Amino acid sequence: MSNEHAVIVGASHASAQLAATLRQSGWEGNISLVGEEAIPPYHRPPLSKGYLAGEKHSDELLIRPATFYEKTGIDLVLGTRVTAVDPRNKTITLHDGGSIPYGKLALTTGARVRKLDLPGHDQEGVFYLRDLNDVDRIRGFIGPGKSAVIIGGGYIGLETAASMRKLGMEVTVLEALPRVLQRVTAPEVSAFYSRVHGEEGVNIITDAAVQALEGDGTVKGVQLADGNRVAADLVVIGVGVLPDTDLAETAGLEVDNGIVVDEFARTSDPDIVAAGDCTNHYNPIYERRLRLESVQNATDQAKTAANTLCGKLENYHALPWFWSDQYDLKLQIAGLSQGFDRVVVRGSADSGRSFAAFYFCGDRLLAVDAVNRPKEFMAVRRALTQGQSADPVKLADESVDIQQAFTQ
Amino acid sequence: MPLIRFIQHDGAEQEVHVAPGTSVMHAAIDNGVSGILADCGGACSCATCHCYVDEAWQEKTGEADEVEQQMLEFVMDYQPNSRLSCQVKVGDELDGLVVRLPKSQI
Repeated sequence: MSNEHAVIVGASHASAQLAATLRQSGWEGNISLVGEEAIPPYHRPPLSKGYLAGEKHSDELLIRPATFYEKTGIDLVLGTRVTAVDPRNKTITLHDGGSIPYGKLALTTGARVRKLDLPGHDQEGVFYLRDLNDVDRIRGFIGPGKSAVIIGGGYIGLETAASMRKLGMEVTVLEALPRVLQRVTAPEVSAFYSRVHGEEGVNIITDAAVQALEGDGTVKGVQLADGNRVAADLVVIGVGVLPDTDLAETAGLEVDNGIVVDEFARTSDPDIVAAGDCTNHYNPIYERRLRLESVQNATDQAKTAANTLCGKLENYHALPWFWSDQYDLKLQIAGLSQGFDRVVVRGSADSGRSFAAFYFCGDRLLAVDAVNRPKEFMAVRRALTQGQSADPVKLADESVDIQQAFTQ
Repeated sequence: MPLIRFIQHDGAEQEVHVAPGTSVMHAAIDNGVSGILADCGGACSCATCHCYVDEAWQEKTGEADEVEQQMLEFVMDYQPNSRLSCQVKVGDELDGLVVRLPKSQI
């Protein structure tokens, strides 16, 4: 392995980790990290929070400073789009017609936004929010007193709403389903977030069917199917992402809701690994295949992939976890709640701003959504990692220390 | 520029100079000190930047706030001098700070 050229495609959380772990694990050959954007890999979560609000500079977003890559001999090839992978000749083709040969290839292509094909979507002032460039453009349209309409009541939409509200804007969130966060949380948690956003002055409209984006080349408002209209100086669409599998497909790799990888992050080609949002992988804790959109998965799976390339096969066996910051709410999620049939709440979701919702399927604890409850988050993350479940009665009883609630 | 001495679980040492105001977490990440993961990038959300502040420096680094303390209770191998390194900012008064790293973050 040692003197081969490792090429990592996609500048992201996963690629930054993959490159660093390759060096830590003893990769002696050249490492090239090829990214479409002009800057080194950066933290994406602050984009909808501190960076949007102007509290952070882009330099502060970098996962590692440019000097780190120089010192460790990782060649950053930025501003470069890869258009195809040729696994037979082991080369990648670049947008300018050039090519780079590889010994081993890592795909960390991430995900791209799901687009809405609405009438009027191509006007000025209509945005998606995925990368730094998106937010830089959005920042040209925001300011106190301006009106924003957010289409999509998921985490990105709600975080964006909170950031814009903090800037003194009028904010409306349009959610197509009956409640916000419907795909990812219990009704109790959705109701909590709706309440807090209402208290903070955000107008949330659920069951909203968007008919068109109105304007004269610059967006002016959103027309709903029920006849209502919401005025807008800008519209941000956050309706989910799709795995970026185009390159994997050019390489003829197996793709099924993400690039299919095994427990060692290997694709169907022996010289190509993949990691992060773009992969479809097996999770041994939940005993099913998953595609995750998270920093945790990007970094942990990248370590597995890097070690695989270095000849150290280690099963990818990680508990998924997530976080979302809105206003003074620190939401931390451990585990995956999908498939739950019961929710137990510790504290109150109906008043105040601190509670934890525990998700069960039968007797099995699946996950926790912890709002301003870092102790509950940490306790469940550890318990689930160790394969423990919990007693729902004890979890719901605040007089019982959380540590006493877990069972083998 | 303040100097921080990182001591790995296996005894390996690394010294780095950082600009005043840098967190111990960023000092480690920016200089390739392994053993600090910092998945959340300093949002005090993940507890993967756990470290031990050398006892001689504990007073100067101050105490963890409530959120940090609640998370620390559940890190691997918690000790009274455990801190989340993203929450420890290094000024000139911490020049020479000694930080030990745990065997594992999670």
